[in-house]
Amino acid sequence: MDLLSDFFLAKAAFIGIVFAITLGIAAYSTYFERKIAAFMQDRIGPDRAGPFGILQPLADAVKMFMKEDFIPANSNKWLFIAGPCLSMLTALMTSAVVPFGDTVTIGGVTFDLQGIDVNIGILWVFGIVSLGVYGILIGGWASNNKYSLLGAIRAASQNISYELAMGLAIIAILLFTGSLSTKAIVEGQQNGHWNIFYQPLGFIIFLICAFAECNRTPFDLPECETELIGGYHTEYSSMKLGFYLFAEYINMFISGAVMATLYFGGYDYPGIDFVTAQFGNNIAVFVGMGALIGKALLFVFVFMWVRWTLPRFRYDQLMGLGWAGLIPLSMYNVVVTAFGILIGKPFTAGIVGVVLLILGLLIHDQLFVKKKIA
Amino acid sequence: MAISNIWYFLSGLTLLSALMVVLAKNPIHSVLYLVFTFFCISGHYVLLNAQFLMAVNIIVYAGAIMVLFLFVIMMFDLKKNQPESKSSLTKLAGSVVAGTLLVLLIALLRKNNLPAPSEVNFKSQTGMVETLGKILYTEYLLPFELISILFFVAMVGAVMLGKREAGERNF
Repeated sequence: MDLLSDFFLAKAAFIGIVFAITLGIAAYSTYFERKIAAFMQDRIGPDRAGPFGILQPLADAVKMFMKEDFIPANSNKWLFIAGPCLSMLTALMTSAVVPFGDTVTIGGVTFDLQGIDVNIGILWVFGIVSLGVYGILIGGWASNNKYSLLGAIRAASQNISYELAMGLAIIAILLFTGSLSTKAIVEGQQNGHWNIFYQPLGFIIFLICAFAECNRTPFDLPECETELIGGYHTEYSSMKLGFYLFAEYINMFISGAVMATLYFGGYDYPGIDFVTAQFGNNIAVFVGMGALIGKALLFVFVFMWVRWTLPRFRYDQLMGLGWAGLIPLSMYNVVVTAFGILIGKPFTAGIVGVVLLILGLLIHDQLFVKKKIA
Repeated sequence: MAISNIWYFLSGLTLLSALMVVLAKNPIHSVLYLVFTFFCISGHYVLLNAQFLMAVNIIVYAGAIMVLFLFVIMMFDLKKNQPESKSSLTKLAGSVVAGTLLVLLIALLRKNNLPAPSEVNFKSQTGMVETLGKILYTEYLLPFELISILFFVAMVGAVMLGKREAGERNF
């Protein structure tokens, strides 16, 4: 391995840029989260630091660093420090397989706008997501606090439960593409054949699971203030707490990027041929990268929108939804998709599948669910 | 860096972390070392060009089974449920048995001079998902289906065990 080869430097530069974009977006997500919350609750929100308060993330970062870094006396010191580090590490690792664009050639060096193009791409995402729970679990246990432990255990069981439905939703996508590589999945959706049109049900399942995996409201039971003080990060202060909160925002952005990759055509956008013909390949690819980031940011907005709209679930409701609701639903989705591919009409099968599901639910509701008469 | 150097480094790390699983006093540390051991084994899969096995090893073992292990150990009161220390005689017997097994295995491997894989017949696609899937669904179809039935039975069993009987307390 030559550390100074063009290939290595190109990869290193690209990974550095992706990290910078991810961290910047995560920092400004905190600002927009507060602005959106303020808008929805008819308030003004942060407006002191700089014009419109746009320096608020910087002020928050300074505050986080200046605060006392406290480690509880009876905690397990090394694991207490390892917890937030692991959270951050796993949050940043997922972006390695997200394809941000096709190849571009700058100054004779060909950049592949993807960290690693392995033929198990989507399994990589899945593996790292399933590791993400270690940071919370270790941090919660090492705090030596019962509330933290309860929060950590909630996080672990929640993540494992929703991974199953998520995996089954991905299987329906894999039936279309016939490959695990994220690049192949995106290339199969070029020119407007986005998977969302064929997989509306699968997308809804995936979206709900993404909410649960990111520990976002309405599934933020690991940090449920009314029951657990602060949940798994009760004992954390200073930048260690900052890492946990930051990891959550990174996860939001990355899961938005993964959803855009799987269901919304990745770096595909309307008029890509026109831009390529007018301005050349490089510009078209960079506009595509912008399109992917834009789609991911749209999902970040949906995450925030839902947070300030829906109340939190109860824990048994959460488990009931995951095991008794989403897993049968995603199995139904897999069967419908397979049937649609078998008869050669995946689009019709997807629509008919959703219509049949809604009809079935309505009939079941009318026949078997006893209504309370007010 | 030559690939054999990576192999030596990874093997050393694997053995060290596996040893720490046994030697660590705190069960939580033990489990975390075990997770690390699984990562090292996944690294070996990458060196063998078996990416699919690497991903599945991480998802299933490190991502699901070990989380449940950690989960159960965290729920214990470790101060109350500390296993009593074994007597030195038991420790000695254990070391002798394990050492004999190690010597036997090494002797077996050295006696059986395994042939080195030839570079001519080497297929780089052997460990890939496509090849693995084709073999599983043609040559080994019956065992594969039987395993799925086994898993199904285990799943039904787990649901039956976890199910609340009528009239039992909610919590």
